[in-house]
Amino acid sequence: MTSLELATSDGTRMIETPAGAALAIRGMTVSYGQKPAVFSVDMTVPVGSMTAIIGPNGAGKSTLLKAALGVIKPLAGSAQVFGQPVAQARARIAYVPQRASVDWDFPTRVLDVVLMGLYRELGLLGRLRGTHKAKAMDCLKRVGMQDFATRQIGQLSGGQQQRVFLARALAQDADLYLLDEPFAGVDAATEKAIIDVLQALRADGKTVVAVHHDLSTVTDYFDRVFLINTTRVAEGTVEEAFTPQTLQDAYGGRLATGQLGQTALGA
Amino acid sequence: MLWHALTLQLGYNATLVTLGAMLLGVAAGVTGTFLFLRKRALVSDAISHATLPGVGIAFIIMVVLGGDGRSLIGLMLGSAASAWIGLLCIGFLTRRTRLAEDAAIGAVLSVFFGIGIVFLTYIQTMSEGRQAGLEGFLLGSTAGMLYSDAVIIAVGGAAVLLAVIAFRRPLSAIAFDPEFAASSGLNVPRLDLIMMGLVMAITVVGLKIVGLILIVALLIIPPVTARFWSERVTGVLWVAGVVGGVAGYVGAALSAIAPALPTGPVIVLVLFAMFALSLLFAPARGVLAAVLKHLSFQKRVHVRQGLLALAQGQPIYEKLTLRLLQRSGLARADGVPTPDGKARAAKALRDERRWQMARSREEFALAATFYDGLTEIEGVLTSDQISELDRLIGAPQGVPV
Repeated sequence: MTSLELATSDGTRMIETPAGAALAIRGMTVSYGQKPAVFSVDMTVPVGSMTAIIGPNGAGKSTLLKAALGVIKPLAGSAQVFGQPVAQARARIAYVPQRASVDWDFPTRVLDVVLMGLYRELGLLGRLRGTHKAKAMDCLKRVGMQDFATRQIGQLSGGQQQRVFLARALAQDADLYLLDEPFAGVDAATEKAIIDVLQALRADGKTVVAVHHDLSTVTDYFDRVFLINTTRVAEGTVEEAFTPQTLQDAYGGRLATGQLGQTALGA
Repeated sequence: MLWHALTLQLGYNATLVTLGAMLLGVAAGVTGTFLFLRKRALVSDAISHATLPGVGIAFIIMVVLGGDGRSLIGLMLGSAASAWIGLLCIGFLTRRTRLAEDAAIGAVLSVFFGIGIVFLTYIQTMSEGRQAGLEGFLLGSTAGMLYSDAVIIAVGGAAVLLAVIAFRRPLSAIAFDPEFAASSGLNVPRLDLIMMGLVMAITVVGLKIVGLILIVALLIIPPVTARFWSERVTGVLWVAGVVGGVAGYVGAALSAIAPALPTGPVIVLVLFAMFALSLLFAPARGVLAAVLKHLSFQKRVHVRQGLLALAQGQPIYEKLTLRLLQRSGLARADGVPTPDGKARAAKALRDERRWQMARSREEFALAATFYDGLTEIEGVLTSDQISELDRLIGAPQGVPV
């Protein structure tokens, strides 16, 4: 992981974005008011990898993702996607926000939500055609929700809502998938369905980055981890960066050491 | 007379005003839908109240320049300018101070309205001001409306309607999920500004007919009414357009035969009638539907519990349960099951056992999540799966099938 060793967050970085990075964040600082939620964070995600962003509550995991996407304006820093500024690489990015961030009583049906993933492709005046609907249905099928296409979104369970969000991201047909807590509050069957889709994406050469909170599944689901607690704590493959020591550094006293050891061993 | 008004037989001018009001109503309902979906309904109230100083200042300027202060175009430009300043003030207060948007709206709304009233009172003392009829801008008036005024309103309404339709997709995208919309490259603040600009245009165009105090009703009540009838943005847009159009049409027609009655309140009353009907009678989200749904659910629960009690030979204590069983012909008044009741009870108990078996086996885990004591097992599992459950349970015990 040479790219990793070169990019440090202590202000001495001189290194340009590695050419092979799907996502490269440099010097990212985001602040709500006077207290930085994310401070001077560098992150490098190799193409074709599957990365978990982990850290305690309030560590800035979601904030980092949103700032990289330009959803919130950072105080400093920048993000590049496949070597381009994010604004020019939108067509290659898909995003799954947190389920709780929207009003589920909104008057819309499952298929309409998935079609929102195609709005960029459609433009302002483009007409929705049968091919778009067929594509959206196909995305619903990939997450096992094809029978729910005409349901009102308020009638879905939490897991089903999450699958619809994933289907919308699939409709974006991207190369980099950024997911914010995709497994939060979902049932076991949904968790399995989601991880299957994500692993299929990676098998297709896509890059996946997910904010993740369940330490016990990190080793099973991901090949890289990024530990954050306002600043970057560790980054690398699961073997090198997901250790009792790095977890201790990220979570401090909030996890018992014994538990940490077990988790990192994948027990 | 009323019939003549509603069928557009009161002369060319009144007809044009009525049609203009209808078009304005359609445009307001459709524009207001996005405001409602974005949960910023009250901003429109601030925008409309903030038009008043502009009306007064525009009148004074036009008179000072030696013109006729009543030119609708001039007054509209003035009101648009001061509404825009009001919007900027709200934006500034929300972003740069710790004030929440509702507080900013309250402050801007009242201050601008107060300033406007001061101007209007001053204009009353001017020699040109007495016949100006600017009070008409408060509650709306079609009396003495010129042909050119009606054309301006119709054209303005149509233009806003076209613009909203063009922006319908990005506007619904930012209303449903602003973060996703931003991530896909939509400029959320700019789209919000476009939406506010369209709301302002509706306000300014509708100022003369509806009046600034009640224009908020024409923007908000149509989508709120429409929401009772549709679960899709497109459906809400259509119904809101129709509701707004009907209100504008009827309001203008009625005020043509009763010129003393301000148009705004008439429009609001028509809107309220449609809202009240929807609230009560809408099929899925109406109050009546909710009551009926609850009663039928309660009945299902009681019948099911009663049947299970009958199957296990337990007495039924609850009067409602017994009455419902009796009414369905499943039990007699003394709680003894009828032959039909016996069969249904045995089936209920059997299904309950099947559910319990399904819930205890991993291979049925997904189906078991549908268990709620009421759902029929045949609707969840296929007949061969149910046979498999029966095989696992074994022969029926103690209950005749």
